[in-house]
Formats: sequence, C-alpha cells, structure tokens
Amino acid sequence: MKKLIIKTILAAGIAAIALPASAKTELQWWHAMGGNLGETVNTIAENYNASQNDYVIIPTYKGGYEDTMTAGIAAFRAKQQPHILQVFDAGAATIINAPGATIPVADLMQEYGQGFNIEDYIEGVRYFYADSDGKMIGMPFNASTPLLYYNKEAFTKAGVANPPATWEEFEAIAPKLKDAGYTALAQSHSPWILSENFHSRHNLQLATGNNGYDSTDVEILYNNDSMKMHWGKMKEWLDDGHYGFYGRAWGDNQDAFVQKKVAMWMGSSGSFGGLKKSTDFEFGTTFLPYWKSVIDEPKGTFIGGAALFAMSGKSDAENKGTADFFSYMTNPDNQVFWHKATGYVPITTAAYDMAKQEGYYSESPDAEVGILQLSQPGGEWTKGYRLGYYVQIREVMYSKFDDIFSGKSSVDEAFAEMTAESNKLLARFAATYK
Amino acid sequence: MKRVQFEHSTIPYLFIAPQIIIIAIFFLWPAAQAVHQSFLLEDAFGLSSQFVWFKNYFDTIGDASWRQAAWFTTVFSVLVTFLSLGIALLLAVKANEVIRGARTYRTTLMWAYAIAPPVAGLMGNLMFHPLIGDLYKFLNAIGWDFNHKLDSFDAGFVVVLIAVWKQVSVNFIFFLSGLQGISKAVNEAAMMDCKSPTRRFWTITFPLLAPTTFFLMVINITYAFFETFGIIDTTTGGAPGGSTNTLVYKVFQDGFRGADLGGSSAQSVVLMLIVLALTVIQFRFIERKVHY
Repeated sequence: MKKLIIKTILAAGIAAIALPASAKTELQWWHAMGGNLGETVNTIAENYNASQNDYVIIPTYKGGYEDTMTAGIAAFRAKQQPHILQVFDAGAATIINAPGATIPVADLMQEYGQGFNIEDYIEGVRYFYADSDGKMIGMPFNASTPLLYYNKEAFTKAGVANPPATWEEFEAIAPKLKDAGYTALAQSHSPWILSENFHSRHNLQLATGNNGYDSTDVEILYNNDSMKMHWGKMKEWLDDGHYGFYGRAWGDNQDAFVQKKVAMWMGSSGSFGGLKKSTDFEFGTTFLPYWKSVIDEPKGTFIGGAALFAMSGKSDAENKGTADFFSYMTNPDNQVFWHKATGYVPITTAAYDMAKQEGYYSESPDAEVGILQLSQPGGEWTKGYRLGYYVQIREVMYSKFDDIFSGKSSVDEAFAEMTAESNKLLARFAATYK
Repeated sequence: MKRVQFEHSTIPYLFIAPQIIIIAIFFLWPAAQAVHQSFLLEDAFGLSSQFVWFKNYFDTIGDASWRQAAWFTTVFSVLVTFLSLGIALLLAVKANEVIRGARTYRTTLMWAYAIAPPVAGLMGNLMFHPLIGDLYKFLNAIGWDFNHKLDSFDAGFVVVLIAVWKQVSVNFIFFLSGLQGISKAVNEAAMMDCKSPTRRFWTITFPLLAPTTFFLMVINITYAFFETFGIIDTTTGGAPGGSTNTLVYKVFQDGFRGADLGGSSAQSVVLMLIVLALTVIQFRFIERKVHY
C-alpha cells in the first residue's frame, strides 16, 4: 500500500515536471477593460491563442486604469510583472521615465518581430506614446479621442438642423434646446476633453519643454487666456442651464445623455459601442467644437485611452511572444474587429483603409468621426503631452473646476492655484525622475 | 517585602506568538517600510532612489490640499463620533425601556451593523444620485437647493450622514448591553431618591456607562479616521474641490493612484503620528474620568 502511494506521488511529480516542457509559453496581459470592452479583450486573446501554437496569452482585468498601473508597478517591484501592461495616457510619464521598466515597442518589434515602421500608424496616434526622439515606447491599444455626441430627436424638437461646429454656434443653439426641455450639454472628463484636447484643437502649448516630451523639468501652461475664457463660459452656461454638471464620474454624465436630460454629451469615441446599446434614440457624433475667436482652422485632437507596454525582465522566448502578439493585434483584421466592437479607432492606416473598403463607414458614418478628427491636420502642439504625476495634476484640475462651478473661486483664482499646485507636483516629479 | 515571583515558562510566549507574528508582519514591518520610504524620492518602479531627509514631509505640510484634508478629517471625525454616539445612546436608552416588541426594535436597530462601509457608500450614492436619487429629489423638493456634487457643505452632509448611519448600530449594540449590565437595584434605589428620569440618567446611568462610552469613543474616532475610506471612495471621491478629502483617502490617491510613494509614505507617517497623539490624549486625560 505504502509503495503504491509513493509510486503515485512520484508519477504525479514526474508528470508535473514534464508538463511545462511541452507547454506553450504563457504571456500575462494585465488590462483595465471592464464590461463589454473586457469581453472583447477576451475574444481577441482567445482568437490569438487559437491562431498559433507557441504562445498562450492570458488577459487579466485589474480594475480601472489607475488600479492596473499600480498593480503593474507593485508586481514589477516584486519581480512578478506581467509581460504586457496596459497604461493610460496620464500614467505614460511615470512608466516611460522609469529607465528600463519597459522595452520600447519599436525596439521589441525590431528585435523579435517583423520590423517596425512608425509611418504605418495614423497621424494622431503616432507620437503620443513616443519619446522625444519620436521612438514609439508603448503600443497604442485602445486609442480614443473626445467627440461630441448629440441626440437627433432633441435637435429636431428644438428645430436645430446641425450640431454645433464651434462654441459660438453652441451659444446660439443652447437656448433653443433649453426651450425644448433639454440642458444643452454635459461632458465626462474635464481634464482630457476641455483642457488637454482643448489645447490641441486650438494649437496651444500646454507645457514648457515641448509639452513635456523633452524634459521632466517643465511647467504647466494652463493659465492662459483661451482656457480662462472657455472656463468662464462654462460657468456662465452652468448658471444659465445650458451645461449640466452631474459630478465628475464618467458614467453619471453619460447617463444624463442616455436619459435624455441633456441634448449633447462630450465623451470618448470609445463610448460609441456602449451608447449604441444603451440609448433608445438616434444619436450622431461630430467633431469637438472649437472657438472661432481663438483659431480659424481647428487642428486635430490626440488620442486618449491607453497603450500596451512590454515589461522588461522577461526571457527572449517570452519577448518574442509579446512581439508576436503585438503584430497579431495590429494586423488590419484585428484592428477592424476591435474598432467595430468598441468604437476605439484603428491605429494603422492599413486597418483604416480596410474598414473603409469594407464599406463600414457608409453604413455607419458616425464610427468614422473619431478617426477623421485624429487625421485632421496637426499643428505644433497636437501630438500630445508627457507630464509627470499627471494623475495628481488631473485631481487638482478637477478640484479647481469644481471651485469655479460652485463659485468658490473666480476663474482667475482657480487657474492661478491650479498652476501653482501642478507646478509643485511637476517639480517633485522632476526631482524623482531625473 | 519579598516580591512573589512565578517561575518563567516559555509556554505563554508560544501562546501569544501567533498574534505577535501577525502584528510584526502586517503592521510593524509595513510601518517600518513606510518610515523608510518617506525619506526617499524613488521612481515608482524602484529603479532609482535618493535619500532626501525631510523633503517629503515639508512637501506634505506645504501642500494646500493636504491641509484642507487635515481640516476636513478633524471636523468629520468630531461630527461622526459625537453624532453616532449620541444617536446610538438615545436609541439604546429608549429601546431598553420598551417592553412590548423589544426584540423587533433591537434587531431592526442592529440591522445596519452587517453592512460594509463601501456598500453603505454605494447605497448612499444611489439615494443621492442627481438623476435617480430619492433623497436628492426629496431634499430639493422641500426647498433645500441641494447639490452635493458642487456644494461642499452638502457633500459633507452626505458623507457624515452615511458614516453616522452605518456606525450607529455598532454603538447601539454596545450601549444596550452596557445598559442591561446596570443592576436593577441601582435603578430602583435611584427612583426612590429622584423622580426626574433625565436627572437619573445623567447622575446614575451615564456615569455607569462611562467605560462603554470611552471604549466606543476610541473605536469611533478610529472608524472616522480610517474605515470611512470606503464611504468617501464610493460617494464623493473627495469632491467637490477636495472638500471631502480625508487624510487616509489622500494617502491612497497619491500613493496608489498617483504612484508617488515617498510623498504618500510621508503622509501616512504623519497620519500615524496624529492617531498616536490622539490615543495618548484619550488614555491620559479622558480615561482618568472613567470609573470602572
């Protein structure tokens, strides 16, 4: 009896040792895509695993963007980092400025993959996650851009033909929408939509040092006349009932649009798929409005969302797998699938062309608006920004915008405080990441 | 006089060892790490690090939003502690007098005890939701221009209300058992001497409840400082304008979301010192007035 037990244990042990030798290389992918998006991520992973025999990608949902980054950081410090980590726009400076935390995607693809050409990527996508020399560090993944969504029924009811292209037009139609029983506007991300992309749209510099790409020793330039003018208007619109503020949670403002309280909502191009399911009215999308008084010809916006970073400290075989997965994910078929399922933009021109040829945009023209906006001519200040402790800076911004809305601070005071507090954070970051 | 000495044995140490080990691993070691980290400027991934003495502490104290959080934490803790103790005491005294259906009253009042703070926060969030919240609509209907998304007083009201509501039942259980521990004979003797129930309460019952009250005060302050994190996170998230940010929540935001390890470590060490000071004050000055 005893012998039998020992034999069984030995056999099991040998089996356990023998198994990994024949197994595929496992690749951990930590992401922040919940709900519908998470299911799409799982589908991509399943398809990839079925498409080849060398690697198994294992996607794990780690919570929101911040949670995912923190989990990745903690794992890296414990030398347990995943192979692929999704990091969002505001966290880009933290991971890119940590020397050696990741393998730049351009190098990874060059060394282990089938080569890399940055020109394959769409204009507005290309340099956001690149270093100051233009080398791509993170692979743009869920690339989105802010758009204006509008309720077509509300517009018909109010007798307004077209969504506003400029804020001047917005001011003209807002009272009509109010008469029809709608608050004209809500939006879900003040720093991203009405600060960062506001600067890109109007071709304004938002930080010294080439928007922060050239150095960590920089200062923020939000305290400018155009921004203050816009936020003064926001407060006016709020007081006049043309702007609805439902708190800073993304969903609460989107819900106001879904529930037909507001006629227009500024959110992400990535919200398109979800809105299609949750709304029971016809809606359209259009470009982010701009101020005619600030710029005659508006510029494009840059991407938000997040990128995939290949974490360092992995074996050659694993890196090869990561590169293989990246090239799988960026091939036109998968980009188009991702684009259609989520509303995030395709990141390569090849994928964009494919979606066009398939006739996707003629049947669903609203799906093209995000990518058209990203492809609008760029200017000097439209490639993005790279600012340290930007998560905290956004926190400061939210808080000062609250103060403007509640009337606790004047616009001038709020922006002066915002600049002072942000610059303190940037100085701390510069002292930490030299 | 000769002191009586028992023979030393290792067995008692073995018995307390698991507890000591747990404290060492889950409290002392992380606390030491935090103190160490608070003197460093280190990138999030731990690839470069420099010793900066007290820079993180000066940055913490010099930060306007930290000072705002410190002020709110103070006001919030005082309000939560006094309101939840006061309401629980009142309910316990009344429930103790009820004869018919006493069990139903008591069970109902204890009900909320089982609810975790984040869940209480989520429930509050729904009730105060600007689009679908009944309480939100009710408060606006009775003429209060209520908007906790922008008004810092209203936001404070929401978090205090939820925090107190959640804590009242815990306090109620302790007060009720404290009241039931007071012997009938004492009460009856008091009734012979004094016919005012209010006066009997303040001169007889309340002093006899003092040990319970003191104990509850200590745990309620700890609750307000730390455990309400879940409520803040699920309701206001520190908004509007950082006016409902507590010190613990700020540690979380800067450290866990913002990846500033040195800064948030310094904040947590300062917080640790504040709580230490509070505990010393409570035990040295207030406990003296408590008779067991």
